[in-house]
Amino acid sequence: MSRPELQAPPEIYYGDVEAKKYTKNTRNQQIQADMTYRALELLNLLPDEPAMLLDIGCGSGLSGEILDEEGYIWTGVDIAPSMLEVALEREVEGDLFLQDIGQGFGFRPGSFDGAISVSVLQWLLNAETSHPTSSPPHRLNRFFTTLHSALRNPSRAVFQFYPSSDDQIQLISSIAQKAGFGGGIVVDYPNSKKAKKVFLCLFVGGGGAQQVPQGLDGEVEEDGKARFERRRERERTRSNSGKRKPIKGRDWILKKKELYRKRGKESVPRDSKFTGRKRKPVF
Amino acid sequence: MVRLITHNLLACHVKGCTSNNFPLEFKDVQVELRDAEFNSDFLRGFIPKIEWKALVDAARQVGNTSLPLELPEMLDDDFLKSLHHVLLEIHVEEGSMTCPNCHHVYPISNGIPNMLLAEHEIG
Ligand SMILES: C[S@@+](CC[C@H](N)C(=O)[O-])C[C@H]1O[C@@H](n2cnc3c(N)ncnc32)[C@H](O)[C@@H]1O
Ligand SMILES: [Zn+2]
Repeated sequence: MSRPELQAPPEIYYGDVEAKKYTKNTRNQQIQADMTYRALELLNLLPDEPAMLLDIGCGSGLSGEILDEEGYIWTGVDIAPSMLEVALEREVEGDLFLQDIGQGFGFRPGSFDGAISVSVLQWLLNAETSHPTSSPPHRLNRFFTTLHSALRNPSRAVFQFYPSSDDQIQLISSIAQKAGFGGGIVVDYPNSKKAKKVFLCLFVGGGGAQQVPQGLDGEVEEDGKARFERRRERERTRSNSGKRKPIKGRDWILKKKELYRKRGKESVPRDSKFTGRKRKPVF
Repeated sequence: MVRLITHNLLACHVKGCTSNNFPLEFKDVQVELRDAEFNSDFLRGFIPKIEWKALVDAARQVGNTSLPLELPEMLDDDFLKSLHHVLLEIHVEEGSMTCPNCHHVYPISNGIPNMLLAEHEIG
């Protein structure tokens, strides 16, 4: 697999061209969306309980759009201006910050009810400079310590990431633990080359007594059936627990579209009987 | 797109700047108002997290004086509506935020605050 984090610093790699390409690619959209839903599932928030979330390395807002749809209030941080630019264009609802997570956060204690991070953490394992404060362990330590304090007790932070070795997983886990987190690694579809996904699932509070969730497993076909099954499973658990109430009703969306049209924005989707319904991604 | 809800959570993260580093002070702001859907459950859940005085002051800095100086004990609808507006509908698009302690300036441009630190400011 390609390893962009070895090619250039993130804010350079995700320049204007790549940021647009990354966001427009429908296959990529599907993958990131699917991992976002899974991260939310692992976050294990109460259904119908409104929450303030942090999206770490939010990029162009592919996850943020899902957070909006699911009715969360959120803040996103990212180091790449071009990615944030695209997020602005896509009119996500969350607040966006230009920030290097390796420099740590300044959020007050207990600010967030949870955090997600999709395809970001591997970037922290590669330092560009030789300055001592910039070594990956130092940056990881600063990151996890300040994140731990920014999260409510109890709560969770869930990271999907692409480790390139078990050593890296070890390093990250041990620094997170030293920062006060409980939890551990969840591997979905460990035996499938394509569907395998690694999640670092961290807990604040509970003295580490919370059990690390089970990874998903089962028959996986290389055409992406695993993802489909996973989604079905999710729909099932959702309908059991009752759907969370979306913040944005149909009226709200209609009003917003009207506003965009007035502002002269093109390609505002026309209103239909589907407007304001939950989107069902098709695979 | 800095809303006051996020501003109320944000302290300075410059190395060694650990006391009197909140709230960051708005300067030369341009704001935009944008409707957000009202959700009283969210607001009630969020109220315990709010630093009230900081919120009242920040609202004044961006030209809104609708909040009472003390957090009321009765959370009636009128109050929740004002709170909703202040927390979620006022977007600071341009300007800056200054740390009251170390005076680091975080510029806001195009709605995005620049939180990047210089090498010597990193903890
Ligand atoms: C593969 S993209 C994922 C973006 C988004 N989470 C998604 O799922 O579409 C990786 C993102 O991590 C961001 N990133 C990398 N290193 C970072 C750092 N040190 N601080 C903040 N963001 C970082 C990059 O700028 C990029 O937007
Ligand atoms: Zn400061």
